[in-house]
Amino acid sequence: MDAEAAKLIGAGIAAIGMGGAGIGVGIIFGNFLQGALRNPSEAPKQFGNLIFGFAVTEALGIFSLAIALILLYGM
Amino acid sequence: MSNDPIHQFHINPIVELPQIPGIDTTFTNASLFMVAGVGVAAAFMSWAMRPAAMVPGRAQVVAETAYGFIHGMVSDTMGAEGVKKFFPLVFTLFLFIFAANMLGMFPYWFATTSQLIVPAAMAIIVFLTVIGVGFAKNGLKFLKLFVPSGVPWYILWFVVIIEIISFFSRPLSHSLRLWANIFAGHLLLKVIAGFVPTMAAAGGLIALGSVIPLAMTVAIYGLEFLVAFLQAYVFAMLTCIYLNDALHPGH
Repeated sequence: MDAEAAKLIGAGIAAIGMGGAGIGVGIIFGNFLQGALRNPSEAPKQFGNLIFGFAVTEALGIFSLAIALILLYGM
Repeated sequence: MSNDPIHQFHINPIVELPQIPGIDTTFTNASLFMVAGVGVAAAFMSWAMRPAAMVPGRAQVVAETAYGFIHGMVSDTMGAEGVKKFFPLVFTLFLFIFAANMLGMFPYWFATTSQLIVPAAMAIIVFLTVIGVGFAKNGLKFLKLFVPSGVPWYILWFVVIIEIISFFSRPLSHSLRLWANIFAGHLLLKVIAGFVPTMAAAGGLIALGSVIPLAMTVAIYGLEFLVAFLQAYVFAMLTCIYLNDALHPGH
């Protein structure tokens, strides 16, 4: 296979990882809303935890995006 | 090659300093913006706190809010002992990363945290501090960190292996998270901004459509400001959680 083509395919495969991060972030915000609607008065206190969980989960998607972009432009 | 999105991460030498054998001491644009990050953070904090008024002015409120924010975070995770020992470290890391990220948001300015070595150096400092303080304070009891209590013996050996692996992969994920977020964010901005001239040059309906990537660039730019703050916050937060293990190793 052409090296250029393999690079593009690899970048596409690496980008699949972002789907997992999408699911994770959805679960975090969905569950936060569920909890927040059950007990709205406690919700603002958990905002830090929410953002923390979001950032930690989103980072994994960013890892695969970085790999894909490096394959596309960096090599 | 100025349309190449990776071009923004190139390190260019600015001043050749006297060489030490084996160490490259060239002052580069990355070094410049690291110095600028430290300078901006230090200058702002000392300028804002100069009056030290009982009724604070606007700048002093910002400085005191930042101080109180990190102070609250450190005392929530580590308690009073952690504040006494580690608050300066966490606050310094937070301010430096935040200032470096924000300076990187200016067009044509260099985002230092998009070089893996910068977050990696900070993560290794934290990692070594955890090991050093952990053994100095707890002695061999620090190893209890790897042995959670209340686990049946037949799976304990496996849990210990997992705990050890996760402990040693901490500096890796700690630094990669910051690097990848800033790197991928800036790369994404350049890639999407690159669509604008390409589509505008195509002519016809496609040229009209170039408004869409333009709007996306503006939106992602806004998101990147959020990411710049969030990643500094997350880095400081994880530093607190890791340092807490050094102070209280038992699970």
